[in-house]
Amino acid sequence: MAESTAARALLRVHNVGVRFGGIVALDDVSFDVAPNCIVGLIGPNGAGKTTLFNCLSRLYQCDCGDIVFGERSLLRVPRHRIAALGIGRTFQNLALFGTMTVLDNVMIGHHSRMRSGFLSNALRLPSVGRDESAATGKAEALIEFLGLKAVAGRRVSDLPIGTQKRVELARALASDPTLLLLDEPASGLNHEEVGILGAVIREIRDRLGVTILLVEHHMNLVMSISDLVVALDFGRKIAQGTPDEVRAHPEVVQAYLGSAC
Amino acid sequence: MTRRASIGVAVLLVIACLLLPFVVSNYRTFQFTLVLVYAIALLGLNILTGYNGQISLGHGAFYAIGAYTAAVLMDRLGAPYWATVPAAGAVCLVAGFLFGLPALRLEGLYLALATFALGVSMPQLLKYHHLEKWTGGVQGIVIAKPEPPAFLHEAGLRMNSDQWLYFFALTVAAVMFVLGWNLLRGRVGRALIAIRDQHIAAEAMGINSALYKSLAFGVSAMYTGVAGALGAIAVQYVAPDSFTIFLSLVFLVGIVVGGLASISGALYGALFIQFVPNVADEISKAAPWAIFGLFLIGFVYLMPTGVAGAVRMLLVRFTRKGAK
Repeated sequence: MAESTAARALLRVHNVGVRFGGIVALDDVSFDVAPNCIVGLIGPNGAGKTTLFNCLSRLYQCDCGDIVFGERSLLRVPRHRIAALGIGRTFQNLALFGTMTVLDNVMIGHHSRMRSGFLSNALRLPSVGRDESAATGKAEALIEFLGLKAVAGRRVSDLPIGTQKRVELARALASDPTLLLLDEPASGLNHEEVGILGAVIREIRDRLGVTILLVEHHMNLVMSISDLVVALDFGRKIAQGTPDEVRAHPEVVQAYLGSAC
Repeated sequence: MTRRASIGVAVLLVIACLLLPFVVSNYRTFQFTLVLVYAIALLGLNILTGYNGQISLGHGAFYAIGAYTAAVLMDRLGAPYWATVPAAGAVCLVAGFLFGLPALRLEGLYLALATFALGVSMPQLLKYHHLEKWTGGVQGIVIAKPEPPAFLHEAGLRMNSDQWLYFFALTVAAVMFVLGWNLLRGRVGRALIAIRDQHIAAEAMGINSALYKSLAFGVSAMYTGVAGALGAIAVQYVAPDSFTIFLSLVFLVGIVVGGLASISGALYGALFIQFVPNVADEISKAAPWAIFGLFLIGFVYLMPTGVAGAVRMLLVRFTRKGAK
């Protein structure tokens, strides 16, 4: 009984392949993400990590294979339905709504959990007021959780990169995800901030029960927080296992150090 | 500014708006009626261009559709003038939504070109001779001036039709502005801005970008159509050549000068497009548009975020000083 639940993956990436013209960006990549795990996705630049993320959030179309989230294949889901299914994400090069405040950015994260439309908003029906105050409460709690209270009313584009990264994290969490995709959350952060980030990611998993798939170049961070590490190189999966297993894997060592010739 | 002070200013503004037609001439009252009409149109264009980031160079076409809807309903079908306003809004909502669907494939300047095509062809479409028995062809349609309703007279309120028209426009504008403010301050408003700022992230947050963009087009056209109907009633005349591409460009000038993505900006922009050409005309009869151009450059140079942005900045400075 216990074994069968453990075997039921939250996310199954199954023989996924993506081509851009003649270039193979992903080649027959498969792995599972179990619920409540932190899974690290590593690989040199151009290995296909972000391509895979973009397939998961439906920005790219897979050429072959399947991606199953829970019981459902994602390949026919339009990209604006992904958040409602329970997949939240952050972006490698920050994709915040620059002219809006931190609070509004986080509230947009909650968009998929709200129902009101054009007509009910224009008439400001009582349900809209309730919906809005619930969303504000949710956003304020996340802003508190990520230590953004002092800047909640500031325009997001005026803030330093490290702070903007936390805003993106808060925005992604505002959709109540069961799976959170983090695309290089540590890039642009200083040493101290990376330490804090590791603790925050663990807390998101432990306190909010969110499963995390993380693309990261910062090896110390990935290896210290991941339960499972998947290594990609030139679009292929070259290794998978615990951080220690992957670190010692000869192909991984070669991919990172380069071949002798 | 404290909350009490801003309420005070708002109350004063409302009183000023209510007293205005009793202190200025009938002609000025008519001009302020047109300011209200333009303000509604500009709010509509601002929802699309300012908030949602879709550029339209053809909103004069929706204004024309609204105006003709009102004129045809009154002239050919004998509809009461007040009923033509919501009807024009409904017609333009549908027209705007339908135009917005193919426009989804176009971004930025390409969308600007497509809307330009709409704006530039509208006067000729209105002259189309198979529609002549409805539209009156080149001659257009003359509309009777609405009289103040009898109940006002019975209540002892005497006003002429210019004054009544002003209050009618004021009521419609107030309703449209409250609806617009509600629409833009909640979930829908945030989604519209999110699409403008970062459309990929907006979709990743669950915003149905295609639906929101076409609905923004529809709502925007609806506002402009309502304005067109009111404008036709106020001017008492519609003709194809009142709705040239120049009108569309003036609307765009209005929202930029007034302040993009700002509700109050629509009102500032309307004052600008109504009165600055008159002022320019008084300065130079020979080259009023050159003077207008100078005004335009001056405004854009001195207030790069529009009049609304400048007002906001002044208020912030004012409150900071007050706090010290």
